Amino acid sequence: MQQKSLVLILARDLAEKLASAMFVVDHEGTLVYFNEPAERILGKAFSDVGPLPLAEWPRAVTSQLASEGLTLENLPLFVALRDREPSHREFNITTVDGSPLSIAATAFPLFARTDEFVGAASIFWEVPGADESGSAKGS
Amino acid sequence: MRARIWGCRGSLAAPGPETVRYGGNTSCLEVRPSDGRLIVVDAGTGARNLGIALGDARPERIDILLSHLHLDHIEGLGFFGPVWDSGCEVHIWGPPSPLRSLREDIAKYFSPPLFPVHLDDLPSHLVIHDVPAAEWELGAARIRAQPINHPGPTVGYRIEDEGKTLTYISDHEPALGVDLQTVSPDWVSGYALAYGTDVLLHDAQYTEEEYPQRVGWGHSSISHTVTFALITKARRLIMFHHDPMHSDAQLEAMLLRAKELWGREPDGVVLSYEGMEIDVT
Repeated sequence: MQQKSLVLILARDLAEKLASAMFVVDHEGTLVYFNEPAERILGKAFSDVGPLPLAEWPRAVTSQLASEGLTLENLPLFVALRDREPSHREFNITTVDGSPLSIAATAFPLFARTDEFVGAASIFWEVPGADESGSAKGS
Repeated sequence: MRARIWGCRGSLAAPGPETVRYGGNTSCLEVRPSDGRLIVVDAGTGARNLGIALGDARPERIDILLSHLHLDHIEGLGFFGPVWDSGCEVHIWGPPSPLRSLREDIAKYFSPPLFPVHLDDLPSHLVIHDVPAAEWELGAARIRAQPINHPGPTVGYRIEDEGKTLTYISDHEPALGVDLQTVSPDWVSGYALAYGTDVLLHDAQYTEEEYPQRVGWGHSSISHTVTFALITKARRLIMFHHDPMHSDAQLEAMLLRAKELWGREPDGVVLSYEGMEIDVT
């Protein structure tokens, strides 16, 4: 029987209790969970979309990226997944109801053991009075 | 495969007239696979009596599987006769912390002022292993260890022999943050370990009334215990890790509630007790 890594189970537990949006992806990049605050960004409940493979879920996000120079590959969650290093960035998006939103995102890899990479998580929160030029900053 | 319980009390040894029927010694399980090898699961205070029972007939090699290093699971180690026998090879398996080896953590207990003798000064030949991520074999038994939800590095064990399995998950809070009734089973801690097991020994520390005041402590309410057993399709459930504050009478009241929730053959769920023999054939 298949079971998620305990670290992913606990990451989801954290996400369910956070007021900030949080995504959790597994080691293959499949979006295995996002919480209710993340629905504000995606406009969908996780229970409606279910797990989304890496080939599918980024499209839902990239259509709303507004910051100049921001590509899928330098989103913090992708950096954490690809490079297995923490990453932080501020950028602007358009929510599904058309509202502009400046957010900061911090992503970090999840290791169950020092040599066992099980996925990554990213927490997003709104940045009040952020740069209106739309430029992205951070790395 | 057969097993015998030498201690099933949780958290703290609790001897006395109120606990005499189910016992006051903390976690210790003797497992005998079909080849007769001795596997000991956890070394709570029950390990002392196991060591005494082995007497001079102790095998040359003993394997001890530690679920975690909370004191109620290791405090019998120093009083387990075979570790004082220079002719005995004792292999200890358990979860490492992210920063320290299992040996370093066990050595904290085996050192003054907590214990008068250093780990390295024990006469037996000690071999300490971090549990591997993959299954491994101990004679006829195949062992799988998997991390489970409990504070600190903690694993449960699944022991298979001749196609039958015994799963030991003594300290476990599978319901932390999830609704066991509705969540997909692959999001449940311990699910893969316990799935379809013939015998499940599982944490049953709290009543449903007690649990809300103890969320995050790493244990289960009786409702969580039975629900976990049902969703993992365990064939038999043995309630384990009794709260030290629970008397025999209270445990029996919890068993009635468990049978009610179980809803299947009444003998499918039982309370563990010291001296209990488990036939896994």
